[in-house]
Amino acid sequence: MAMLSFEKKYRIRGGTLIGGDLFDFWVGPFYVGFFGVTTIFFAALGTGLIVYGAAIGPTWNIWQINIAPPDLSYGLALAPLKEGGLWQIITICAIGSFVSWALREVEICRKLGMGYHVPIAFGVAIFAYVTLVVIRPVLMGAWGHGFPYGIFSHLDWVSNVGYQYLHFHYNPAHMLAVTFFFTTTLALALHGSLVLSAANPKPGEAVKGADHENTFFRDNIGYSIGTLGIHRLGLFLALSAGFFSAVCIVISGPFWTRGWPEWWNWWLDLPIWR
Amino acid sequence: MDPNKNPLGLYSIVAGMVIIALGVYIGFDRPPIDAVQIGFRGVGMEQVNNPRTVARAAPLHVAPPPIDPVEPSGTLSSEVYQNVQVLGDLDADEFTRLMTAITEWVSPEQGCAYCHAEGEELSSDSLYTKVVARRMLQMTQHINNDWHSHVGPVGVTCYTCHRGQPVPANIWFEDRGPPSVRGMAGYRAGQNVASAAAVSASLPTDPFSPFLLGDQNIRVIATSALPEGTPSQDIKATEWTYSLMMHMSDGLGVNCTYCHNSRSFFVWEASTPARVTAWHGIRLARDLNVAYLDPLRDTYPANRLGPHGDAPKANCATCHVGLAKPLNGVSMVKDYTGLGTPAAVPATQ
Repeated sequence: MAMLSFEKKYRIRGGTLIGGDLFDFWVGPFYVGFFGVTTIFFAALGTGLIVYGAAIGPTWNIWQINIAPPDLSYGLALAPLKEGGLWQIITICAIGSFVSWALREVEICRKLGMGYHVPIAFGVAIFAYVTLVVIRPVLMGAWGHGFPYGIFSHLDWVSNVGYQYLHFHYNPAHMLAVTFFFTTTLALALHGSLVLSAANPKPGEAVKGADHENTFFRDNIGYSIGTLGIHRLGLFLALSAGFFSAVCIVISGPFWTRGWPEWWNWWLDLPIWR
Repeated sequence: MDPNKNPLGLYSIVAGMVIIALGVYIGFDRPPIDAVQIGFRGVGMEQVNNPRTVARAAPLHVAPPPIDPVEPSGTLSSEVYQNVQVLGDLDADEFTRLMTAITEWVSPEQGCAYCHAEGEELSSDSLYTKVVARRMLQMTQHINNDWHSHVGPVGVTCYTCHRGQPVPANIWFEDRGPPSVRGMAGYRAGQNVASAAAVSASLPTDPFSPFLLGDQNIRVIATSALPEGTPSQDIKATEWTYSLMMHMSDGLGVNCTYCHNSRSFFVWEASTPARVTAWHGIRLARDLNVAYLDPLRDTYPANRLGPHGDAPKANCATCHVGLAKPLNGVSMVKDYTGLGTPAAVPATQ
């Protein structure tokens, strides 16, 4: 891939978090760095272990391959490799590669003198994953509460864990997360269509800019959040969706053990209409 | 806005966080929790409980110790007492012992006089409670003799439901929901309010009348790709079923995965053995309501009837009182004669 003309001056050593100049170079378009190497290490090891797990399992059907966490009886201890230990090591590899990837993003930001918005945003996704496979299992006292690695098996887990709380749609954080997910797509659709509409005028007319974009929404709904504001809003909506997803599962079990509809009794019991 | 330049903003953020923390502390449980794995690891079939809530409810589930055994008198109760219609072939002393136990189980404060009118012969049927009690004895015998599929070797006694109260705590009446306006706008399909039966979910308020008194099929999943037949199994039917299942979960203190793998609720091969017991339990409750409890509506005084004039009836919570195994699976009936014969204890135990 050809290097863009302005890229050369940013391709300088330094700005790394640890390791000094170690691996501080590029391969083609890709920055390597210490955390690029750890990313490759953890991702390759984890993927290899998943393939090993499939090999010792009953099927090669891609839908049905299942790397399951240990039985609850192992608590927070290590389990034998074929009885959940594989899941534990793969989980370590997954977290290792995700965090390495985020730190590599940090190093690239530092080289470019940019803010850390991208790695922080990715960090929220990592946080949601860690909530599922580390924070919630630790709070509930067993690694077996983590979700299994498999296409169908993780869907079974999601469904059954939802029904452990009788009716998951009454989970207040689930409500917020779903709302944020939908609102994210709404905001992205409005933003994407607005930019494309300004960039695609009738043949022969000049491409329109931010003034037209702002005016459209002022005419339409009386307010435009602005060219920078829409990206702040988009990031907020997207990160809130991931954040409240993590909240909705971490409160299910550690902080609520009954049906979620029952949780709303505080509302029914408010003294003003009780 | 920089909070440091605006102390009021900082204070309101802190106050907001304190309010949220307080709400979490009051409105939620906290770790550690208890979890029991049911299915294969990682499937997510688990029973999750707050051990502190379980400990608080524990006294409710202690079976009272049996009354000291008595030597048989050698005389049948029907030879000693008048008007003994159900327990006439019981030994007279065993009969008296059972009457003492029933008094402790059902009317410990009111005593014998709750059923036997003061100043009248013991044989008198002048109180409705005595007529009901006789029918309840027949019902208990019927459960223990004929419903081994549900109560197994444990069986039931009066105490299973009554727990020291003349009227069991968990009974149900026909519930037509709150009044609503006439016409299309007032049609709620029996739902859209916080349903006590469905543990506060906005599901149908009375899932018992169709399923535990009537014999409507409890269905969720259509067996064909497109709805067909009349009536087809639509989402409304699902919600009635869901409401009944919410009650079962609450009544037994379990969640859906106690019986079902939610991958497919209706496939028996993917369900736990407990679902078989529960299937018989639904038919047991229906049998009791149809044959024993509902027909007593003419025996009860008006203050014992529901808002629509029906008799008090039984559902899962009536016996289970929040436990999958009522009274933690302790068999009380084995210490008494006259209440029927539960299934034999399997040899392996």
